[in-house]
Amino acid sequence: MIAFDMLVAICLFYVAILFGVAFLAERGGRRGSNAWLRSPLVYTLSLSVYCTAWTFYGAVGYAARSGLEFVTIYLGPTLVLIGWWWTLRKLVRIGKTQRITSIADLISSRYGKSNMLGVIVTLIAVVGTTPYIALQLQSVTLSFAVFAAAGAPGPWQVVDLNAAAFSVAVGLAVFTVFFGTRNLDANERHHGVVTAIAVEAVVKLIALLAVGIFVVWGIGGGVQATLDRIEASPLAGMPVAPGRWIGLTFLAGAAILTLPRMFQVLVVENEDERHLATAAWAFPGYVFLMSLFVVPIAAIGLAEMPPGANPDLFVLTLPLAQGRDGLATLAFLGGFSSATSMVIVAAIALSTMVSNHIVMPLFLHWTRAGATMSGDVRTLVLRARRLSIGGVLLLGYLYYRLTGGSEALAEIGLISFAGVAQFLPALLGGILWRGATRAGALAGLTLGFALWAYTLFLPSFGEGAVMSAGLLADGPWGIGWLRPQGLFGLDGLDPLVHAVVFSMGANALAFTLVSLLDFPGPMERLQAAQFVNVFDHSPAGQGWSQGRAEAEDLLLMAQRILGADDAQRLFQRAAADQGKQGYLPDTTPEFLRTLERKLAGSVGAATAHAMVGQIVGRSSVSVEDLMKVADETAQMMEYSSQLEAKSEELARTARQLREVNEKLTELSVQKDAFLSQISHELRTPMTSIRAFSEILMEDDALPPERLADYSRIIHQESMRLTRLLDDLLDLSVLENGQVSLHPQPVSLSDLLDRSVAAAGGRSGRAPMAIRRDPAAERVDLITDGDRLSQVFINLVSNAQKYCDAADPVLTISVTEAEGRVAVDFIDNGSGIPDRSQSIIFEKFSRLSDPRKAGGAGLGLAICREIMVRLGGSIVYLPGRGGAAFRVTLPSRCAEAA
Amino acid sequence: MDKRVLLIEDEPNIIEAIRFILARDGWRVDTHADGTTAFDRVAETRPDIVILDVMLPGRSGFDILRDIRADAGLGALPVLMLTAKGQVKDRDLAERMGASRFMAKPFSNTEVLASVRELTGA
Repeated sequence: MIAFDMLVAICLFYVAILFGVAFLAERGGRRGSNAWLRSPLVYTLSLSVYCTAWTFYGAVGYAARSGLEFVTIYLGPTLVLIGWWWTLRKLVRIGKTQRITSIADLISSRYGKSNMLGVIVTLIAVVGTTPYIALQLQSVTLSFAVFAAAGAPGPWQVVDLNAAAFSVAVGLAVFTVFFGTRNLDANERHHGVVTAIAVEAVVKLIALLAVGIFVVWGIGGGVQATLDRIEASPLAGMPVAPGRWIGLTFLAGAAILTLPRMFQVLVVENEDERHLATAAWAFPGYVFLMSLFVVPIAAIGLAEMPPGANPDLFVLTLPLAQGRDGLATLAFLGGFSSATSMVIVAAIALSTMVSNHIVMPLFLHWTRAGATMSGDVRTLVLRARRLSIGGVLLLGYLYYRLTGGSEALAEIGLISFAGVAQFLPALLGGILWRGATRAGALAGLTLGFALWAYTLFLPSFGEGAVMSAGLLADGPWGIGWLRPQGLFGLDGLDPLVHAVVFSMGANALAFTLVSLLDFPGPMERLQAAQFVNVFDHSPAGQGWSQGRAEAEDLLLMAQRILGADDAQRLFQRAAADQGKQGYLPDTTPEFLRTLERKLAGSVGAATAHAMVGQIVGRSSVSVEDLMKVADETAQMMEYSSQLEAKSEELARTARQLREVNEKLTELSVQKDAFLSQISHELRTPMTSIRAFSEILMEDDALPPERLADYSRIIHQESMRLTRLLDDLLDLSVLENGQVSLHPQPVSLSDLLDRSVAAAGGRSGRAPMAIRRDPAAERVDLITDGDRLSQVFINLVSNAQKYCDAADPVLTISVTEAEGRVAVDFIDNGSGIPDRSQSIIFEKFSRLSDPRKAGGAGLGLAICREIMVRLGGSIVYLPGRGGAAFRVTLPSRCAEAA
Repeated sequence: MDKRVLLIEDEPNIIEAIRFILARDGWRVDTHADGTTAFDRVAETRPDIVILDVMLPGRSGFDILRDIRADAGLGALPVLMLTAKGQVKDRDLAERMGASRFMAKPFSNTEVLASVRELTGA
């Protein structure tokens, strides 16, 4: 008989080996070596965490009690891994691209990063897993007890069993803390743990196979004999209940997806989604081997062992009874491995969920200021993880102590399965159906969980523990159809099947209906698309590592939003402030705050916070998707600035068009007025000519003096017409710039002489005195003399026509300065009224009686055009007593130069 | 024949021509050249017909016409409008404002005479 001390020593030795394996794997993993550590084989073996002590010991007990029903526990996962390979791959892909850390994280992320959902899933997981952990502790202590009982009846009894359970719990906590929270890996992978789990998987398989082989060939007497003994055992006669079979297969299939520890090894710890392809056949193979000898061990155990022996412990007690201490020890180690691997992985998974979804949010909420002060959130997270691991194991231990560890192992496992199966609608709906909403998931989870607790979990404590016997038998307040195990009067069903049907049915129904009625928020829609269409969005690549990559990704993102120059400047300055070279500063909280503020200016605070959070924290939207968002933002901004530029251009064009249109309208009005004026100016003399010529033609009796008068009028008006036409032509030529100037040297005094002479005298009136200063007039010009004298003649004859002084005097004075000559024509008349001074140079502006004018009012307009052509000007000088015009011109005409 | 024409026109040669044509036919012709005082002259002389030029110094012939048509005593007075502009819109405007007839310069002497006779019913 093996000594208890010896067993403890072996145990410790085995644990030490596990520590060593985990340590080496961890170191190898960090160095990136040990390729076999990342092989599909290790992945497949790590999935065997599914096979806990419940499987190791309990399956035999299960078979001994219920026959072949235990097979369902293996059938479910097998069907899922083989048949749902595509869905598993999708889960793994989502886990990678979204950096999912747990099933709570997945569900929370999918439904718009709802922390509420995260908390609920975490709570359900803790509630569902705690009994399971207690179960493992119980199995280890029970196996210890077997050895203790088989050995000399020593002093250690129940108290020592509890102590053993406690020390196992503490030891597991230490191991888990040590390898589960060594560091905060971005991808939440734990190479050491996974490798240790793989080793344990091998140990438990070998142990069970060894016991099975011993039982079949050592006790049973070969395959045929064993088969016969099975045939003769009570197992053969046990009925197969189809309802339970279907329900259990479904539960086991759901469990491989929804158990936190399974999600941990299947999705989170997955190195490469191609490993799934191997696991799809290898894992069913593994569970097949694990279940191969269950029935023989159960059958022979029932036959060989005394009645009342616990069939859950046949794996251990059969070899012991046969005196095979070595084999028994191996079986013990197998069971120990099963229990510890489950507890370790479950503790890691739960602690991640608890710390991420409960502890950290609460901590950040309570110490909003403190968190920003502390600077290093990582230490905080690690501490939260370690505390959570301790807490989870403590809960398990307490549950074990409270329930007394008396129940059949299999039932606890199934209750657990049914509890976590409540995640299934939200999980599958989330990755397969874009219409699934947060409200739907909340409704389904809460309702399903409540029904599970009411119909299965709480009754499982036994009558009178939580629920009174009366409540179980007659329903609350005596309402029969509300009985926990017979809702709506469904009494015939197995309690487990009953609970599964109601909780899952209500869960799925509520999830679907509420999702259909609800309208998802923008974040939910974004996440829904990311999850459901994960294969469209993401490459099958590996995750990327923390640290430098983080700063690089931040820089990449910032460049897309701020523009390359600004972003690089910002990063370089931050790096310099930290005393670093280059563009990549440490992603300290200060730097992140600065960056976030800067980004917020471009994309708004909420988005900026989310973006930085995405890259630095572990959350739902992948970096690539953020980049897409950033690109879209940039494109939109560019587009809108283009639009802005375009609309500015359009406004400018419209303004120009408006101006042109106004000008055209004005021109058209001017043209109309001009035509109207010309018409008037032409028709007026024509009227006289026509009227008098008709008179002359018709009236033969016209007195001779009238005849002479009328002929003279006709002649006068003809001359007026001719002058008008001449002026019009002249003006037209000048205005169109078609006039050709002939600049030549001329003397100003000669020009004035000629002009005064040409202007002629005043018909029938006192002659006008013209005062000149010959000395000042001695100026030589190079200009078009004919055109200039045309201006002078006009001004002199205007003075002669319009000067209303009794003794009219016109003074012509010449001044010369800086290459320009000014010639003033000033008479002593009443001048031009102020209001008219502005229009005298316009065409057809005639101020006085047309009879006196004798012209069409084009004279000054022509003068102005001529002076413009000659490079000079003509202006009216107000306030000089009479009418005063100043002609200014360069002494050398520009066109002659 | 004792019919009187008031000719409101500022071009001396045209005044002379119209006066000759009408006087020869036995009309008594008063003339007025200033637009600003033209309406007063109409009210004062109360002619049988007014020959009204559009382009007058001081005031437009259209304004004078409007005053005549608005006046209770003169409202029905025949007005023959003359214009040297001869544009369609002037003709429309004149008709809208109640000109009895509208003639463009240069006019035919016989037409003017015929119009004056017709408008006065002579």
